[in-house]
Amino acid sequence: MPIITTGKSDTEYDIVIVGSGAGGGQMAYTLTLAGLKCVMLEAGRAYNPDVETSMFQRPDQTPLLGVATPDKQMGFTDATIDGGWEVPGEPYTQASTKPEEHFWWWRPRMLGGRTNHWGRISLRNGPYDFKPRSRDGFGFDWPIRYADLDPYYTRVEMLIGVYGSNEGLENTPDSPPGVLLPPPKGRAAELYLQKHAKKLGIPVISIHRAVLTRPLDADSIPAKLHPGNPWAQRIVADSMRRRAACFWATDCHRGCNIRANYQSTTVHLPPALETGNLDIIPNAHAREVTLGKNGKANGVLYMDKTTGREARVKGKVVVLAASSGESVRILLNSKSPQFPRGLANRSGLVGKYIMDSVGASVSGQIPALENLPPHNEDGAGGPHLYIPWWLYREQIGGQFNFARGYHVEFNGSRGMPGGRSPLADDLARGAYGTRFKEEARRYFGSQVGYTCRGEMIPNDNSFAELDPQVKDQWGIPVLRWHWRWSDQELNMVDHATKTFAAMIGAMGGKVRSRQDRSSRDAIEPGGKVIHEVGGALMGADARNSVCNGWNQTWDVTNLFLSDAAPFPSNSDKNPTLTIMALAWRTADYIVEQARKGNL
Amino acid sequence: MELRIAMKTSQANGIRDATNDLITSRLSRRTVMKWFAATAAAANLPDPGAGPLAANTPVTTPPATKGYGTDPDVSGYYKPGDFWALTLTATQREIVSSLADILLPGDHLGPAASDLRVTDFVDEWLSAPYPVQQKDRTVILPGLGWIEEESQRRFQKGFNSIGTLQRHAICDDICWPADAAARFKKAAEFFVRFRTLAASAYYSTEAGWKALGYVGNVSMTSFDGPPPEVLAKLGVEQTVK
Repeated sequence: MPIITTGKSDTEYDIVIVGSGAGGGQMAYTLTLAGLKCVMLEAGRAYNPDVETSMFQRPDQTPLLGVATPDKQMGFTDATIDGGWEVPGEPYTQASTKPEEHFWWWRPRMLGGRTNHWGRISLRNGPYDFKPRSRDGFGFDWPIRYADLDPYYTRVEMLIGVYGSNEGLENTPDSPPGVLLPPPKGRAAELYLQKHAKKLGIPVISIHRAVLTRPLDADSIPAKLHPGNPWAQRIVADSMRRRAACFWATDCHRGCNIRANYQSTTVHLPPALETGNLDIIPNAHAREVTLGKNGKANGVLYMDKTTGREARVKGKVVVLAASSGESVRILLNSKSPQFPRGLANRSGLVGKYIMDSVGASVSGQIPALENLPPHNEDGAGGPHLYIPWWLYREQIGGQFNFARGYHVEFNGSRGMPGGRSPLADDLARGAYGTRFKEEARRYFGSQVGYTCRGEMIPNDNSFAELDPQVKDQWGIPVLRWHWRWSDQELNMVDHATKTFAAMIGAMGGKVRSRQDRSSRDAIEPGGKVIHEVGGALMGADARNSVCNGWNQTWDVTNLFLSDAAPFPSNSDKNPTLTIMALAWRTADYIVEQARKGNL
Repeated sequence: MELRIAMKTSQANGIRDATNDLITSRLSRRTVMKWFAATAAAANLPDPGAGPLAANTPVTTPPATKGYGTDPDVSGYYKPGDFWALTLTATQREIVSSLADILLPGDHLGPAASDLRVTDFVDEWLSAPYPVQQKDRTVILPGLGWIEEESQRRFQKGFNSIGTLQRHAICDDICWPADAAARFKKAAEFFVRFRTLAASAYYSTEAGWKALGYVGNVSMTSFDGPPPEVLAKLGVEQTVK
């Protein structure tokens, strides 16, 4: 039985995986299909999107019209269970009393983790993104190059299914021909921006998202993913055939019960379970990695939340894929005479250099988009077009007071209304009655919003450590966060908000958000974008990094970190696709090392 | 299938639920404070120290204290009253209906608010256990009381008994805070908040979608982008082939 309870686990597994999201899911997929016996610990409950997803529910069919509440912090239909910015019984603390130095930490407690609700934006890091320090002198280089990860990006894209186009733009990599699925058509507001942004020299192109715009080719892809392994090919093909193409309705944040988008629970875990090589223990809150006398990790100690008792699983290899913050917490709590400062922490760098994406938004109203003939713009449940960072040359030429780029995501279309008034008070003014309804109809679809997703440079003031006093309800010390944006990020936000105002102006619109905000007010708090990476950086030297280029900790050779904790930088590209590509590459390495008897 | 079996096991576990309840009540107080402060700042609500909006706000059943929890079945279909009891009095509900129908009447764009259960949604909202909604309750219930008193004062009849023109006469005085006379300022702030609530509910329904011009939430075999007349109106071409 693949989903098991404590006490039913095999005596010793090949691999213990902590976490079931993008990193843990990819890890389990690759390892089990290679024949290794794995056990996966998930801190939340089991979750089955096939029957638990809110698909066509209208806001009037949900409590409080679906709006966010302290219980469901991104709204009722959002695919997040038992968590959000706060998890009952599992607090975290802030080192500073100043709100601008706080870190917001999003944690679901469910199988599949954040992959159930994420935005599905799947952008590759480009060549510059692996060698940022070499390029501009800031931050850290990765010990690997784009060429090392390129084949794994391709594999992941083929497996999960990613729509998009190849544009040949600088540091915005193309995928090999035939890998990407067809991009969806542009919507009215997206096409209107595309036309007018051209005047400003800003490219608007198809975004890459993990949504099937047509069914995956189950007859040919599995053989490319698993050459020479017909058993794996058959399992993967069966799993692919169970996924339907997008039917162009419902927001991806709800998850998807036809499996048209990627979530770990619909793409990675079903084939992994089908191998018979995976046991999943839900409600298992990892406490620490245990260490053998030989200096190698030999298992994980966890709280069984169903009984409140401590339990243990044993394995020859341990993989942490619990999210940057959780993996840091587990490492720092794994203290032993060999590792008094926490496991794999001889460098003292576990917890350091946590990063998020830089976020800031500007909204506007575009008269040309008023009173458009009604038409369906639900589309692929998320954005179709976006703006990649387009000023690499100007930036390296020293034209800006910030060193890294941002991409631009849009909202604003004729998306599903409900839960809030479609007509802002200042547009409605004193209107009521039929005049209010006419004004609401006039303005519907004419509101636009532009959001920057930018690269933060790692700094010494943004890190996580154990709180010396506070423990969670299981008695486990919790994380205390330190956070500070540097001028780099603030200057970027200044550039972004001015650019967005110019875009709105170019479309003949008016900026609606406040324009007198300083960049310090406009920037989203740390963690708010939910792109937390870093905390156990990979590097070329054991003295100044936690892992090597294989996500393998320097100090404990059978301990791997397979979430975003090893990221030495956080490019503007959303981290999920890179987490998966790295996890697949690491899994291949583990298989190879296991065969050689090196673990 | 296996996933479902495991889920039942965890939900059936009483120890875990009891522990979580304790923690939830402790944590939510902190959340309450945070949300309260944010809402008050954002909504520019009337100063609570300035005295009651209406002299006779009727005593009502207090709102719920327990929400739907952090793990409700989101695949269900719900209606107001499913998670907590509705608490408005019959009179309050009638005023909500009358006022909502003045704001969102039946016309060429669709049915009246009361035909779309807006009254139930407003009641559900004001009866909810969460901070944002409880804050609204402190604005809306006194406002409903004010409307009733003002109607009695002007027309010697309750708001539900006066005619449409008389209702408009009251609404015209309070429909926009910036234009309202000093003595109507607080009532105007109530009016705008009530309008937001009523419109939030109205446009959450299929008929409301139609009134707005939203088309969607139906499965399709292809997505073709905006139709030619939209592209022509905007002077753009479909660039994604």
